[in-house]
Amino acid sequence: MTFVVEVQNVDKHFRLHKQRHKSLKDRVLHPGQGSFTDLHVLQDVSFNVGAGETVGVLGRNGSGKSTLLKCICGVLQPTSGQILVRGELAGLLELGAGFQPELSGRDNIYLSASMLGLSRRKVDGLIDEIVEFSELEKFIDSPVKFFSSGMYVRLGFAVAVTANPDVLVVDEVLAVGDERFQAKCMDRIRQFQADGRTILLVSHNADQVRALCDRAVVLEKGRLVADAPAGEAVRVFREHLLGGATVSKETNQLDSGVVIESMRGSNGSFTAQTGKRFEFEVIVNSKVPVEGSFMMELYSQAGKLVVRTDPTQTPVSLSPGIQTLSVAIEDLPLLDGSYQVNLGLVSAEGNTVIAWREQIAALEVSYDGRGAGLVALRLNVH
Amino acid sequence: MRQRLRAIWDSRELLTYLVTADIKIKYKGTALGVMWSMVAPALSIGVYFLVFQVILKNGVPDYVVMLWAGMLVWTFFSAVVVNGTGIVVQRAGIVKKVAFPREILALSTVGTALVYFFLQFIVLGLLMAVLGHAPAWGDFWLLPLAFLGLLLLASALGILLSAVNVYFRDMQHLVEVGIFLWFWLTPVVYSFERTVAPMLGARDLTWIYFLNPITPVVLTFQRVLYGDTVVTATTPDHAMLNVLPNWSALHYALLNGVLIAVSGAALVVAIRIFGRLQGNFSEEL
Repeated sequence: MTFVVEVQNVDKHFRLHKQRHKSLKDRVLHPGQGSFTDLHVLQDVSFNVGAGETVGVLGRNGSGKSTLLKCICGVLQPTSGQILVRGELAGLLELGAGFQPELSGRDNIYLSASMLGLSRRKVDGLIDEIVEFSELEKFIDSPVKFFSSGMYVRLGFAVAVTANPDVLVVDEVLAVGDERFQAKCMDRIRQFQADGRTILLVSHNADQVRALCDRAVVLEKGRLVADAPAGEAVRVFREHLLGGATVSKETNQLDSGVVIESMRGSNGSFTAQTGKRFEFEVIVNSKVPVEGSFMMELYSQAGKLVVRTDPTQTPVSLSPGIQTLSVAIEDLPLLDGSYQVNLGLVSAEGNTVIAWREQIAALEVSYDGRGAGLVALRLNVH
Repeated sequence: MRQRLRAIWDSRELLTYLVTADIKIKYKGTALGVMWSMVAPALSIGVYFLVFQVILKNGVPDYVVMLWAGMLVWTFFSAVVVNGTGIVVQRAGIVKKVAFPREILALSTVGTALVYFFLQFIVLGLLMAVLGHAPAWGDFWLLPLAFLGLLLLASALGILLSAVNVYFRDMQHLVEVGIFLWFWLTPVVYSFERTVAPMLGARDLTWIYFLNPITPVVLTFQRVLYGDTVVTATTPDHAMLNVLPNWSALHYALLNGVLIAVSGAALVVAIRIFGRLQGNFSEEL
């Protein structure tokens, strides 16, 4: 496979100035650089992106994912290491960056497209498509300063995706406009994928990464901690990083003192029948008492989230030691198929993860009826 | 270096967009439009004319043509240097979010100044037609030569200062003060041959004056557009005035040739330094 983006041993330091001396007086009075702390934002990050791949970059706030993206886009230069990009790259670090508020939408299309490296002739051919995609036909000749923020980003997104670069780099910008427009953006991204183009997507939304990406890398405190298929990377991201707890080096587990050991079906297997009750047990090893809630996620084989349970409905309270939680799903409303099970313990409000296991088991559901789809719908017809 | 120049060349369309956007935005919704760019230079020319010709009675016929020829050069140069210095800081929003050769920003101030330069040039042409003042047609070929030197020098300074200003924000203010002083070291409102040359020439120090690289450009513009080197004063005594050095066209060409060589080298150095400094732009802005 040919690599379109190669990131090799990239390091990035920032100098965090406590008191920046920028004036002549300060320079003369305080020679030297003033006080600063060295911030090691990226440490020895290496990964490759192959042609046609969609790769997600996962990480918490401050993990360095935006810095990495800026380095790839060429806005920042790595302190050491190398980044190679083959082909044309369009970076969406911010939608509508470089728009001039006083200029019309049309002028701004030309301006920002040329910043993305498009020639005037190319834009002439694409402008109708861009305007149509942004759905701003009526306003395209008025200054963008009169645009709402939604219109602004829609135009920005339209320019970037219509530019059809070889590599599209997207930073948390897929939450554009209303739901219908978001769906349109997603379609566009999928089309992009279908065209065999390469996408690098930064997100802290694991669902989005799982839905869109073939592969993902996980950054934690500037280090690459995982480079794996999307599902696996999301597992690492969730298990190790979401809780805000530090990851212990030996076990690679959340250091909250609570570990979900295993899960087993009541009948020893994970087969269930549609419409029937399904029982299972979860074994938790906890060093500390736990006051929280149980939470469960089911994913279809296509990687789509089928359900995430409401944690406020399932409070649990555990004393230290090895404990068993008995869980039952009443009238399992799923049709036949294999479902990935993620489960965990979260704080009572569901905001903080105490312990989490990604893909702990696959639930096989069998169904003897003739319905199709994901859920069993019980109808009453008179 | 070659790579940088190639990247700049590839972004030439962006450059034209930035220049047109700049001009469009500046004069949007104004009644006079781009003609406003004439107002400031016209006003200073008016004031200098009043002071030097009417009050101080310097006696130079068609003094306004000579003034304008010099101001043409100076307005271009100072606009590029002053606006160029602040441009990267001013456009921090784009610099931090979009990757493109940043030199383009400094060059966009050159482009904008270029547009105004040609407008002012045309107005001067009209003025000369009205006054019936003919330029030295035979030496007209010196103008592009002098302008090339000016263009290279202004670009070099603009690019260099725009990068330095990111790290050292005093630069903007230093440049504003410096450019004011520089103006008076340049023979725009006063005549080189009448005032400076005799003084410095007597002590063999004329070369010091020519350390100012704008001087040969201004002199060339005055020589070509004003035309005469010796004129009869309009003052009652009708004395003969040496307003411009009586050099041959070749001498002018040589001066400008030196300027082009020096400025070209300066531009290369400026782009080098800019390339060094630009890596950390988005961190410092």
